[in-house]
Amino acid sequence: MYINPNKCVACGNCTYVCPMGAIYIDPVIKRATVDRNECVECYACFNGLSQEHLNPTLVRTMRKVFQAMRLRFDPEPDVCPTAAFEPDKLEWPRVVRRAFSDPRVPHESTGVSGRGTEEVKTNDVSGRVKVGEVGFTIEFGRPGVGVWFSDIQKMAWAMAKAGVSFEKKNPVTSLMSDVSTGTLQQDIMGEKVMSAILEIKTTVDRTEEIILLVREVEKQLDTVVSIGVGTRCDESGDENVVAPILERLGYKLERAKTNIGLGRVTNTADDSKKQEPVPAMS
Amino acid sequence: MTNTLHRYGSAESFYDDYVIFAIPSRGKNDKGSVPKLRQFLEMALPFKPVNMGDALNGGALRPSRTMSPTSHWNRDMTPNFQGVIDGLTAPTTVAAVFDDRVAAEDFVKAVKAADLGLCINISTSIDGAEQCCHTACQPRHSVGYSLGFEGHTEKLPNTQVLTLSTMCGHGMISSNLAKKMIDWVKEGRRTPEQAATYMARFCSCGVYNPARAKRILEDSRHKTE
Repeated sequence: MYINPNKCVACGNCTYVCPMGAIYIDPVIKRATVDRNECVECYACFNGLSQEHLNPTLVRTMRKVFQAMRLRFDPEPDVCPTAAFEPDKLEWPRVVRRAFSDPRVPHESTGVSGRGTEEVKTNDVSGRVKVGEVGFTIEFGRPGVGVWFSDIQKMAWAMAKAGVSFEKKNPVTSLMSDVSTGTLQQDIMGEKVMSAILEIKTTVDRTEEIILLVREVEKQLDTVVSIGVGTRCDESGDENVVAPILERLGYKLERAKTNIGLGRVTNTADDSKKQEPVPAMS
Repeated sequence: MTNTLHRYGSAESFYDDYVIFAIPSRGKNDKGSVPKLRQFLEMALPFKPVNMGDALNGGALRPSRTMSPTSHWNRDMTPNFQGVIDGLTAPTTVAAVFDDRVAAEDFVKAVKAADLGLCINISTSIDGAEQCCHTACQPRHSVGYSLGFEGHTEKLPNTQVLTLSTMCGHGMISSNLAKKMIDWVKEGRRTPEQAATYMARFCSCGVYNPARAKRILEDSRHKTE
């Protein structure tokens, strides 16, 4: 992301809306500036700020007058008064930042927008996680911390070594040069993203082992980790297999995403040949 | 992704937070799903959602690309639900957000009766979702538990900020903006409703809960952590 210094009036609104805190007012040029190393190309500034199209010279003059009179300039906090944001043309490997950070950009590898896949959200029609299985989503960098691929690499190696299977239709898996060892492409190691998810599946009896492994590896990472654990309920809608394991490990289960089983396969065989991407959100 | 799963808060604190979403699965039930997704959103309207949206176009409160300077004094804070429904043109995930348990339960019952064939999920407390299923006489199929945040949690902001910013799991609501809004409400520079609406405009899929945000901002007026 680029902020046009000819347009920027240094109102400072964008410094607060950047999820990575990568925008600051440069004291030399007195304009908002993006720290390209920390920017994850999430476009929260460009997409989230409302845009006015005021004359920059006029706004700067007004701001100077108000400042001289010690009057508080109190603009709306979600507005860029001069529409100063201009997206860069992103090349490989920097384009990976946007793919994992801007939720409206679909991953070509998965056909879904965002950082993950359908998980158990469509389990009633996909059968992705079967009875006796557990699907893990190990998410790095969330909330609001960000993660470098070099950190994700450490966890991917550990998981591969433990012999778990990576979800094929996952954006991180698609960036592995060797899925059997969990090795990611070397040229993305210097890229930072808002968050990324390793998705693995294993049998229920390995739940504790995998969680303890995640806990061990996450100590080596310079970020936060959030774990999601997906599983099937029984015919009466109860789930008394995985929850007790998680509680025994010390987790207080507060929130969950519940697939209520109303989905049906409605596509015909012909439809399946002409698939369209389905952006996911939740 | 896991956008609504890892909202920060205790199970009790989700009493006013029910995200119900419909998702077509690629290659399974996505063909011809747009009218059904639209029907899902239209069916939500009588139950008074506090937000709704789709993953392609955003929520019911959106930023403006051509804002007029005069609108600083009369900005529209009304969610545009019909705009969300009319703007839906391609298969995607759609969501309706409720701040009332009974409304959420009744909506789930209505969705079940409509038999849309889409995959329907509820994101809230575990008990809250179970209650919705119980009311609709619909056994849960699968469940995805949140285990919360681990690792270097010292990098995270305080709990009030976290509660606000994690309502957008895509991370589009920055913790700095959430902190600023808490401060502005405390200073009396903006009302909780105004502050909640500013943040809602950054949510790119409409799952942000402005009613819950308003409550948190009101609480933080009296005690900032």
